[in-house]
Amino acid sequence: MSRQTANFVVLGVAGLSLALLWLTPGALAGFLGLVGVALTAYLRPAMAVRAGSLALLALGFTLALSQVPRVSILFYGLVAVLVALITIPGIPRWIKGLLGVAVLLISVPIAGFNNTFFLELGIQIGIYAAMALGLNVVVGMAGLLDLGYAAFFAIGAYTWAIFGSPQAANFLSGQFPLNGNFFYLFMAFAIITTAITGVLIGLPALRLRGDYLAIVTLGLGEVVRVLANNLDHPVNFTNGPQGITPVSRPDIGWFHSLMSGIGIELDARTDYQFFFYLLVLVVIGVVVLVNINLGNSRFGRAWIAIREDETAAKAMGIPMLGTKLLAFATGAAFSGAMGVIFAAQRTFVSPESFTLLASITILGMVVLGGMGSIPGVILGAAALTAINTDILKSFSEYLNNLRQAGVLNLPSQVEPAKYERLVFGVILVLMMIFRPQGLIPERRHQLEIEEAKEAQR
Amino acid sequence: MLEGLLALLPQVIFDGLLLGFVYAMIALGYTMVYGVLELINFAHSEIFMIGAVVGVEVFRYLAPVIPNGIVVLLLALILGAIISGVTAMIVERLAYRPLRARGTTNRLVPLITAIGVSFVLQDLVRLVEGIWHNEFKLQMRLIPPLDGNFTFLTVFIQYKALILILVSLLMLVGLNYLVSRTKLGTAIRAVAQDMSTARLMGINPDVIISRTFLIGGALGGVAGVLFAVQYSTIDPYVGFLPGLKAFTAAVLGGIGNITGAMVGGLVLGQMETLAGTYLPTLTGGNFGTEYKDVIAFLILILLLLFRPQGLLGQVVKEKV
Repeated sequence: MSRQTANFVVLGVAGLSLALLWLTPGALAGFLGLVGVALTAYLRPAMAVRAGSLALLALGFTLALSQVPRVSILFYGLVAVLVALITIPGIPRWIKGLLGVAVLLISVPIAGFNNTFFLELGIQIGIYAAMALGLNVVVGMAGLLDLGYAAFFAIGAYTWAIFGSPQAANFLSGQFPLNGNFFYLFMAFAIITTAITGVLIGLPALRLRGDYLAIVTLGLGEVVRVLANNLDHPVNFTNGPQGITPVSRPDIGWFHSLMSGIGIELDARTDYQFFFYLLVLVVIGVVVLVNINLGNSRFGRAWIAIREDETAAKAMGIPMLGTKLLAFATGAAFSGAMGVIFAAQRTFVSPESFTLLASITILGMVVLGGMGSIPGVILGAAALTAINTDILKSFSEYLNNLRQAGVLNLPSQVEPAKYERLVFGVILVLMMIFRPQGLIPERRHQLEIEEAKEAQR
Repeated sequence: MLEGLLALLPQVIFDGLLLGFVYAMIALGYTMVYGVLELINFAHSEIFMIGAVVGVEVFRYLAPVIPNGIVVLLLALILGAIISGVTAMIVERLAYRPLRARGTTNRLVPLITAIGVSFVLQDLVRLVEGIWHNEFKLQMRLIPPLDGNFTFLTVFIQYKALILILVSLLMLVGLNYLVSRTKLGTAIRAVAQDMSTARLMGINPDVIISRTFLIGGALGGVAGVLFAVQYSTIDPYVGFLPGLKAFTAAVLGGIGNITGAMVGGLVLGQMETLAGTYLPTLTGGNFGTEYKDVIAFLILILLLLFRPQGLLGQVVKEKV
């Protein structure tokens, strides 16, 4: 298709979607909008047209969400616009930045104020994205296979949960729960403790080769889970399987006055959600910056060297243990900080959240998105979190409704909600077969895979 | 108190031995696949679980018809081996072979695939059992003489336990023979050494890998049936923990080494049972049986520190 036709088609579809989304908002208009995003990404129109069309679509989804806050396909439209912004090369940086900020700070909050679920989803995606970025340092950059990553998440979460709730009074004298504002201090504290834990685990484990490291970290994950489950006796540290609740949240009076200063009145249902949403965005910004800077630093190059060929890297004089330990500790620290946020946001912490499945899901985000690639990992986190917390659940609800309406004839024992993991497993397998380099591959990985294909021929 | 603990000791050691043989049998399957593909085949836990489920089903339907427990068990073992073996082969064909065909060099990719397969198998079995019997927990129904027992020097021994030990020893010997003496075994070792050279020698690696999965899966199935007979209660998620322990055992013994897998399993089973029995008593009930897993992993880490290649593994010189 010539560029002119492409320009015409893309702008036409975007304009039509905007009109439909505005006038008759709903799943159908949302679907057309998604088609618009896809066309913008794949038809190769002029850059200005691409940027304009994405802006129109973002506006359309936002308008639609403010009218019908229950339709989640509209929310995924916004996510798709974000993804398109990140992935399409050539759009000027300032447009990307402006549009991205507009979607994150205006569209998503508008959707969230009408339906808090979207804010919750945004927070979940953010927490997992930050953790996946941390694991990306370990697995994606340094090539160290860590199957117990959720353990650090758990350590961070429990650090704050124990002191931010009456739990600590069981073994310490003093006033507990601590004031909610200690939350920030504990975030720093968790970064330090998890980094140290990472070093302690890494010190013996990192002398070992790949798969041995995997099994040791897997063991660590199990150990932390067992401890969280059983350290309710002889001294009650973790309250066992019941978990700890309520966990204090930081005081956000200042946030209220700040928001009413710019004309947003928050109600009690959304204030903390919005606060945590913004906090997570800030943290992700920091994590991305750290990721980029580390990646370009001496250490980043050393990690990539180790990942590509350990023996060669050693021969070039890269200190193995120190370099690997740094990667391990950095990843652990990110995870620990997110744990603290997780505990405060949920006000509830229990061993359930830190199983092997959690570690594997985070690993899945890294691999699915594209190892070593920052936008890829964020996209992977968004995709898997959305699939796990929303799409699969909605799908099984839909099946259940069909069954109740008598359209679908399922045996009574088959509960669709119980088979979400089956779908998740199928997605993982298909993804690995058809796109092992990930959704947005890092350049180096892409090259490697093409080389392998050449070699096959 | 000490006397009471010592009196328990022979029984504890025997129980540990049994658990160790279960781990060892599963570890054999891990070891075979790892030896050839250097892949931690997480789905092997589920192959084992399928064997266990087949075991329960065979007893459910045949025990009322055939009065002899040994005969039913033999049928269950054969059927379990076939179904698990074929499942493993299908998994390899559908999930792992496409990755090899695409020349994926990244080690993480097959690992994620294995985990995905493992989820799929768990929930598929759950689905089938749900539709078939509307049950989640499956109960083994034993018939004589399997449920018989005797006491030998204060140790309470069940016949089924003796069968478990016998079968796992046979499996070890048979596998060792297969790998070191037969043509298929030579081919497996050749593929494990160097896939492209093996191809030049007229070996089709795909066929050999497929057979490796068949054999490894069949061993996992046999282990599953015996596990069901020994420990009675089964559900679709029963494979996870034994699978994890078995993999630990394989690493402990030196992964890729068949005898090592057996030794690792026995050591791990022994440690776990000892810790599980004595920890609560020794710590005055402060630390319960749950900590046996923690101890198993701690010992693994310590061992790897001093002997990274495992108990019986050999140091592999890296090719530069």
